[in-house]
Amino acid sequence: MSNIKKNQTELDSEITDKLRGQATALMEHVEAGNYVKAMGVINDLSEVRDQSLYIEVGRLTRSLHEAIRNFQIDPQNEEQQQALSMMTDASDRLEYVIQMTSKAANRTMDLVEDAMPRVNAMRDQARSLRDDWQRLRRREMAPAEFRELYTRIDNYFITVADDAEAMYGSLSEILLAQDFQDLTGQVIHKVTTLVKEVEEHLLNLVVMAGHVDQLTGTVHELEKQEETSPEKGEGPQMRAAERADVVSGQDDVDDLLSSLGF
Amino acid sequence: MKILIVDDFSTMRRIIKNLLRDLGFTNTDEADDGNTALPMLRSGKYDFLVTDWNMPGMSGIDLLKEVRADDALKTLPVLMVTAEAKRDQIVAAAQAGVNGYVVKPFTAAVLKEKIEKIFERIQ
Repeated sequence: MSNIKKNQTELDSEITDKLRGQATALMEHVEAGNYVKAMGVINDLSEVRDQSLYIEVGRLTRSLHEAIRNFQIDPQNEEQQQALSMMTDASDRLEYVIQMTSKAANRTMDLVEDAMPRVNAMRDQARSLRDDWQRLRRREMAPAEFRELYTRIDNYFITVADDAEAMYGSLSEILLAQDFQDLTGQVIHKVTTLVKEVEEHLLNLVVMAGHVDQLTGTVHELEKQEETSPEKGEGPQMRAAERADVVSGQDDVDDLLSSLGF
Repeated sequence: MKILIVDDFSTMRRIIKNLLRDLGFTNTDEADDGNTALPMLRSGKYDFLVTDWNMPGMSGIDLLKEVRADDALKTLPVLMVTAEAKRDQIVAAAQAGVNGYVVKPFTAAVLKEKIEKIFERIQ
């Protein structure tokens, strides 16, 4: 990179010597009124200009190749091939994150959905037993009814113990289902590192392409950026708290809607 | 009370389904985008629509517009439950005729409050 920067301001001494020589020759020819020769020198001058341009472009092309090689999209040996496969690997890895998080969410919901009716049943039984127990304490219960209550209480103790054990099992499975965080965290870290590397190499490419444009005097007409319509879904917004165009939470949404007359 | 839940992620549909059940709404169906939801709405006599915004196929905002443009469906209450948090988008949803807007991540209490508010206004 530093090479290129230097080349921008300093041309090869060979070329500058030539330029200086030709400039003097041109002046001499013009002053002597020898316009045919002067024109010839001007011709030579533009040739030198072209020549220096070719040299510069050649240099940049070599740097560009080097950058592309670093970018790992031009695999020439096994090591680079492996590096390239990291890129395709990255999308596999992210797919793995989706799978893992989805599996954990579903496993957790299975266990929760299984436990919820059990808890409800436990609560209902306890309430009914408590009501009957109160009646017994108020001596409002016939002996036959009491014998039935006696068995129900007995059974309740058994089912509560069993259900509690089953639910403890579910809770510890839910705990274990969170182990995806560690694995997906590692995967995402790797992909982030890769993305950062790619970004750096891309930046180098862009800078180099800019120098080529400068040398050749190319001006690009930038395509107008597509306007994003509010209709298009964007997913979760990052750094919402720092942005004025994004709501920071439900309270913000409610305020906005009520300002619209909701 | 028959409710249609539209979201492209099955886990989110499941969460909403569970929360609705806790609120006493047990008659729910699911669809994974607007294209699947619209024919269901047209044939199924639903009383309430809960939809995400960002989905492949037909988005939630387009589904809302289709619903409002359909004579048989235009009075159907629609609650948007979405991660879309730009002010422009919320304004667009309000203009399209949404009845409530919940941003993800949300709590059970928020969902309950918005649903109750919508039904209060209807009755």
